[in-house]
Amino acid sequence: MPELLEVENLQVSFHTPAGEVPAVRGLDLRVGAGEAVGLVGESGCGKSVTALSLMGLVPEPGRVRAGSIRLDGRELVGLPPEEYRKVRGREIGMVFQEPMTSLNPVFTVGFQVGEALSTHLDLSRDEARRRCVELLMEVGIPAPAERLRAYPAQLSGGLRQRVMIAIAVACRPKLLVADEPTTALDVTIQAQIMRLLGRLRRDRGMSLLLITHDLGLVAQNVDRVVVMYAGYAVEEATTEMLFEEPLHPYTRGLLGSLPGAPGLRRGERLRAIPGNVPHPSRVPSGCPFRDRCSEAVKECVAAVPVLEEKRPGHRARCVRVERRV
Amino acid sequence: MFEARGVRRHYPVRQGAFAPRRWLRAVDGVDLVLEPGETLAMVGESGCGKSTLARLLLRLERPTAGEIRYRGQDLWALDRAGVRGFRREVQMVFQDPHASLNPRMRVGAIVGEGMAIHDLARGRERRTRVERLLEQVGLPPEAAEAYPHEFSGGQRQRIGIARALAVEPRVVVADEPVSALDVSVQAQILNLLQDLKEERGLTYLFISHDLRVVEHVSDRVAVMYLGWVVEEAPAETLFPRPLHPYTRALLSAVPVPDPDRRTEPTVPEGDVPNPIAPPPGCPFHPRCPERFGPCDRDVPEDTRPEPGRRVRCHLFR
Repeated sequence: MPELLEVENLQVSFHTPAGEVPAVRGLDLRVGAGEAVGLVGESGCGKSVTALSLMGLVPEPGRVRAGSIRLDGRELVGLPPEEYRKVRGREIGMVFQEPMTSLNPVFTVGFQVGEALSTHLDLSRDEARRRCVELLMEVGIPAPAERLRAYPAQLSGGLRQRVMIAIAVACRPKLLVADEPTTALDVTIQAQIMRLLGRLRRDRGMSLLLITHDLGLVAQNVDRVVVMYAGYAVEEATTEMLFEEPLHPYTRGLLGSLPGAPGLRRGERLRAIPGNVPHPSRVPSGCPFRDRCSEAVKECVAAVPVLEEKRPGHRARCVRVERRV
Repeated sequence: MFEARGVRRHYPVRQGAFAPRRWLRAVDGVDLVLEPGETLAMVGESGCGKSTLARLLLRLERPTAGEIRYRGQDLWALDRAGVRGFRREVQMVFQDPHASLNPRMRVGAIVGEGMAIHDLARGRERRTRVERLLEQVGLPPEAAEAYPHEFSGGQRQRIGIARALAVEPRVVVADEPVSALDVSVQAQILNLLQDLKEERGLTYLFISHDLRVVEHVSDRVAVMYLGWVVEEAPAETLFPRPLHPYTRALLSAVPVPDPDRRTEPTVPEGDVPNPIAPPPGCPFHPRCPERFGPCDRDVPEDTRPEPGRRVRCHLFR
């Protein structure tokens, strides 16, 4: 698969009175054309900041300190704001977690979907309206022509998220970044939204970067997974390989923590990871996971391990995992 | 422990100053029994009435109709001393560990407050008990001197659990106790709740929207939809073989963390209807893939298709 998105050694940090706080310390990420990739991790691991970096939307006082983000071979880091504006929406679309806060409450659905279209395309009023209705129909909103006049508050959470998706895909981006798109929704609505994202991806040949904490969603919906911990990519594999043979102790811990994971019986003690997710300013030196890891040795303190290929097509950032390539 | 019969809780709502008053039927005719020593889970999506039902069982709200008994006694016929005893014996663990601890109180005072109110221990005795409780929930005894903001979400949830246990309750009502936590920490808290239950012979009422968690912890499950319990069964039979079409849809919607078992959720399109104007007949019929003749006319009654299981659906008449 030709690579659509290539992120190499991305580092993003926030400048605070207490010093530089790194949110993303070292991330490598590739998304092929038409591919669905999952970016998984717990709170504070840097996955949402990664999404914002791809969109060129890292909020002040944060900035991309190092690394590269290439889309179709073109470097996005350092792009002037007016150039980046042409990338957003047109080449990369984004869906956020909370559809209530990411839609503007004082404008109608029709206005907001129309705005997404007219920002990048030169359309007449009638043409824009027709395209809006088509889009709302494509994302499964019943009675779309009437919904154009509705305000976000008049819609349910599921419908609002569908509107968000309509806006994100309005200009046919090649890549859709979905940051916890279903976390605020009920499970049956979540299933509807995931079904919709899968269909859009197939129909349009669009790539998907699904950012989530839910390993169930990952197992069901993506081709490849990148696991993040404390700002680092710690493991990368195809979905099958990751669940079949998780290599990094953190990934193994996450899977063991999960009620309903394969091989775990009902009521059995969960294999929880001790300790807590570290705050970005208090990540241990060396391996970021070493203070919670049951397999840590002296080497783990010395240096940050390298993300290297341990099995064919399966990379992990851990010195304890043997290389068998 | 608890027995609820025909419990309803309707809230008046007025949409506009001169609009006629209408009723939101949050809980609409629920029968439920909580046996001593079991973990009963109430599941359902937002607006299904599970939190309102919990508030009714906790005697925080009075039912519009129906009766709730705690250990044989009508909750609303208790005298002052009876209510006090009830308040001690039935404790609660909340969802949000940030909002449920007073930020101006030290952890020791938070955990010890219940002991003070119920006059269970004083002075040095109370301090020792607080420290022992903190240790039991996996916190160092020095935590008593600190303030809630000094702890992570998972640790705060441990404080909340210690506070609930401080007055030696029989029943713990846990409303989404792990939904705000990271997966790795969630597992720690679930293990802790399980251990405490075994050590202390507690009875749990566990309210959750996370079906994977519920499958793991509960003995029995009540599935709610639009103010009704639509199905109730032991966890070990409900999860492999759900009967009510809503339960089936709900379970099929849960993403299985196993790429070798990719499933196509059989979830109907559409949203949960407005509880102010619920559909006639069975509240699930507009979304139900198996609706037939009576569903949009007649209200289904509870049926017992097999021992220990109740289903409220015309298919099982």
